Amino acid sequence: MSDRLAVFKTYKLFVGGKFPRSESGRVYEVTDSKGNWLANAPQSSRKDARDAVVAARKAVGGWSGATAYNRGQVLYRVAEMLEGRRDQFVAEVADAEGLSKAKAAAQVDAAIDRWVWYAGWTDKIGQITGATNPVAGPYFNVSSTEPTGVVAVLAPQESSFLGLVSVIAPAIATGNTVVVVASEKAPLPALSLGEVLATSDLPGGVVNVLSGRTAEIAPSLAAHQDVNAIDLAGADAALATELEIAAADNLKRVLRPQAVDWAATPGTDRMTAFLETRTVWHPTGSLGAGGSSY
Amino acid sequence: MPTTVPAHGNDAAGRLKDLADVTASDSTLRRFLHGLPGVDAVGLEARAASLGTRSIKTTAKAYAIDLAISMIDLTTLEGADTPGKVRALAAKAVHPDPTDRTTPTTAAVCVYPDMVATAKAALKGTDVKVASVATAFPAGRAALPVKLADTRDAIAAGADEIDMVIDRGAFLAGRYMDVFEEIRTVRAECGDKARLKVIFETGELSTYDNIRRASWIGMLAGADFIKTSTGKVAVNATPANTLLMLEAVRDFRAQTGVQVGVKPAGGIRTTKDAIKFLVLVNETVGEEWLDNTWFRFGASSLLNDLLMQRQKLSTGRYSGPDYVTVD
Amino acid sequence: MSFTYAPALESRAVVDIAPSYGLFIDGEFTEATGGKVFKTVSPSSEEVLSEVAQGSAEDVDRAVKAARKAFEKWSALPGSERAKYLFRIARIIQERSRELAVLETLDNGKPIKETRDADLPLVAAHFFYYAGWADKLDHAGYGANPRPLGVAGQVIPWNFPLLMLAWKIAPALATGNTVVLKPAETTPLSALFFADICRQAGLPKGVVNIVTGDGTTGAALVAHEDVNKVAFTGSTAVGKAIARTVAGTDKKLTLELGGKGANIVFDDAPIDQAVEGIVQGIFFNQGQVCCAGSRLLVQESIQDELLDSLKRRLSTLRLGDPLDKNTDIGAINSAEQLARITELADSGEAEGAERWAPACELPSAGYWFAPTLFTNVTQAHRIAREEIFGPVLSVLSFRTPAEAVAKANNSQYGLSAGIWTEKGSRMLAVAGKLRAGVVWANTFNKFDPTSPFGGFKESGFGREGGRHGLEAYLDV
Repeated sequence: MSDRLAVFKTYKLFVGGKFPRSESGRVYEVTDSKGNWLANAPQSSRKDARDAVVAARKAVGGWSGATAYNRGQVLYRVAEMLEGRRDQFVAEVADAEGLSKAKAAAQVDAAIDRWVWYAGWTDKIGQITGATNPVAGPYFNVSSTEPTGVVAVLAPQESSFLGLVSVIAPAIATGNTVVVVASEKAPLPALSLGEVLATSDLPGGVVNVLSGRTAEIAPSLAAHQDVNAIDLAGADAALATELEIAAADNLKRVLRPQAVDWAATPGTDRMTAFLETRTVWHPTGSLGAGGSSY
Repeated sequence: MPTTVPAHGNDAAGRLKDLADVTASDSTLRRFLHGLPGVDAVGLEARAASLGTRSIKTTAKAYAIDLAISMIDLTTLEGADTPGKVRALAAKAVHPDPTDRTTPTTAAVCVYPDMVATAKAALKGTDVKVASVATAFPAGRAALPVKLADTRDAIAAGADEIDMVIDRGAFLAGRYMDVFEEIRTVRAECGDKARLKVIFETGELSTYDNIRRASWIGMLAGADFIKTSTGKVAVNATPANTLLMLEAVRDFRAQTGVQVGVKPAGGIRTTKDAIKFLVLVNETVGEEWLDNTWFRFGASSLLNDLLMQRQKLSTGRYSGPDYVTVD
Repeated sequence: MSFTYAPALESRAVVDIAPSYGLFIDGEFTEATGGKVFKTVSPSSEEVLSEVAQGSAEDVDRAVKAARKAFEKWSALPGSERAKYLFRIARIIQERSRELAVLETLDNGKPIKETRDADLPLVAAHFFYYAGWADKLDHAGYGANPRPLGVAGQVIPWNFPLLMLAWKIAPALATGNTVVLKPAETTPLSALFFADICRQAGLPKGVVNIVTGDGTTGAALVAHEDVNKVAFTGSTAVGKAIARTVAGTDKKLTLELGGKGANIVFDDAPIDQAVEGIVQGIFFNQGQVCCAGSRLLVQESIQDELLDSLKRRLSTLRLGDPLDKNTDIGAINSAEQLARITELADSGEAEGAERWAPACELPSAGYWFAPTLFTNVTQAHRIAREEIFGPVLSVLSFRTPAEAVAKANNSQYGLSAGIWTEKGSRMLAVAGKLRAGVVWANTFNKFDPTSPFGGFKESGFGREGGRHGLEAYLDV
């Protein structure tokens, strides 16, 4: 038994529901925390980013138009699929982050639970962000929230899986689609997540996973005119500033990097950051005046 | 746009023939009426209110006051009407302000059919018309022969104008063709002897969509005027329903070339109110409707307020009720 | 004889404009360092109304310091006390509303009918609304005891000078922030009168600071390192520049920018009200409204009928002296803005669209532009894409609801849209697909303090008004 040679996995990108290699043909070496080789990850180019944005844009209509109940079921399905591959992710996270198996397991469990948490939010967030507004006039006035559209996400660099899930799930829970740039030095859990998403009833293109050099890929996403928002979680201060400046070209919604304890239960802010409020007015009128008095 | 002809006359009848397919059957009429653009109540009322903020001062006000006086159908429609009351009203119509002979006469006096002869005699030799309500005013709940007899009597007694009421029950029950036919029959009874005003009792029709549909039924049936109300219900003329009817006569003329008048009645008591209605006319259908051939006020107490305002404009002092007559 | 409305001028005597104004910093009017001033004129006559201080970077710094100093006490006040100051301000605005309406009409050029019936009532209502929030922030949905951000730097435009001030200052103060506000260069006066209202209300010194000046003053304000919050209403180009300026800082940013609103009229629309809504949508405030319905999308099957009605209606618009109570269309705010409108309208003609305006005599002095509509416009024309910010309507047609939505959304902007249909399901379906922050169905250009306002896409981000408007001024 011990003589059997293991079959390595070729890690690929996850774009538009498919698993392409980088169009550039480049890979980079991914090692564990001790420097041992783990795999060669695709080193995405700006063209890969462009393709991912096209896929994400194409998916917006269907995903944002799906019922919130349906999105909740899909997110829950992701949790179910992850649960079945828990051991694989525990091993990948342990390698990626240099954690003991127990600590890695805690990360993976929290990540699975996070999918469940956001699965439950899909059909509730609108109820706490929307409102009927008591305007001073004969109008029905209602505010409701809409997904912003295509969100570029720079996944946290340190928390390769829990952090990753914590930034993807809230964005798609509300109907956005995502192009996520995985942790640069620990991209394998993210690339494996693509395989889970592909089998979780998630429409192709809703989540697109790129691996590679954050500083190479992110600027083209930040400047892309067909990207509506950017989450800078995985950018350092200098890169974040550069990207925020680029994002101003089409006034992307920018979520600046901030210190986050990924293990803590999140609030709603990662969902509301990528929601737009639309307010609709409509006359109410009256039932008509009338009646006879003779 | 076709050239304009008044609703009263042979030319108009010819024009209406072009729309004969609309009134060919109950179903065609229904389809037509339900195909008219809807009315958004809030938007209509907002527009009427916004025109109500026009500020009409000095020379414009003087002009408007005299115009309003000349458009009044000075009305008494009470169970207690007597020949004496009607004669007094007629005198007031001819000389609204006995102290100022430059005051215009009102357009007409408006009475019940049995008072037409009295009114006619009292107004002999003047330009003031006699209008008579008819067709079992105000409820209109009588058989057609009774309504026609009512109309015939009024015309025989000398009425120049007939103010008929439509059958609101038929309208609300969706029997549009019955409403149309009844108006047409009364119209035929008027012949070339009397102009016909058709009262919808807008307060009973209740919705603006209904008022627009009723307006078209009335115009298609040959009304010379469309009129809001009897003055006998809770809601009578309002700026909004009058604006809506002005839009209807405007659209009808654009389509057929036939010009129809409008008469808001009931509830218009002050000069300020009357001027608001004139602004509605001015900015919706314009100059061509701004005389008493095409626009009337059905009112009684309005006249005294107009007279007091008129005195104020000419003397610079505010007037009081003791300086106008109580008739 | 005809029914000609005699002039009905609102009296100017209710407002007393001083020959010059300084900056309002730390509760005092002070001269600008360097003593530079600029003139503000009445756009309808080009009459100079007053001289106003040109705030420098140093003045901005003084104002921010005053606001910082005031922040500690102001933010520590019980919410109920802050509320009472704001209620006082709302009441004083109501008391002085005629004076402020006349002032605004003089400085801005918009008709008194609008300042009297729209701007001023909304200004007072806005303060009244946010006053009530000041002691109820725990219940606003942003967690317990949400904290203010600090000093807010606010830059506002000239189209609704006092209303935009209210939209900025009321929520900022209610949540416990202090402010430095820069009014627009061409309309500084009502903000300076507001300073006097703060004095009458007994507002603590430094809580509100007004620094007048041009774009450089605004740039200094948003770049100031001790400002915690930047709020801007104005052009998209400037909004982008501000976004770059605050990049990499901790400043919270909200932007309310340009628009190219589509007003969609379906074949089952209530036509007469739609015509009014189209007029209200593009000729309210001479079309100098970011949420103007500047693109009319009309279903092809009713296009001719609708345009006939619209043209007839435009012929009744009364253009002239903004102080006349019967004026519907006032003056364009500045020579610069007039030049811009003229250039874009000319481009419409040059690109092949058909221009129409009612017979309309323009006054000889001042800045004027006749209400204008363009037919035969396509999506490719500049007048269908660029914000004109003037009384110019571009008419396009569509065949199906899907095409209407596609055309409406085919814009870099996403601020407002209109839908006219009597069919409820169609209204809701279309509203659900429009990428716009405010959708008016069977109405247009309605505003209310309780109703969140703001854009999608390049029309900016953040909301003003309602519970949503609090978020921009809270550390959440």
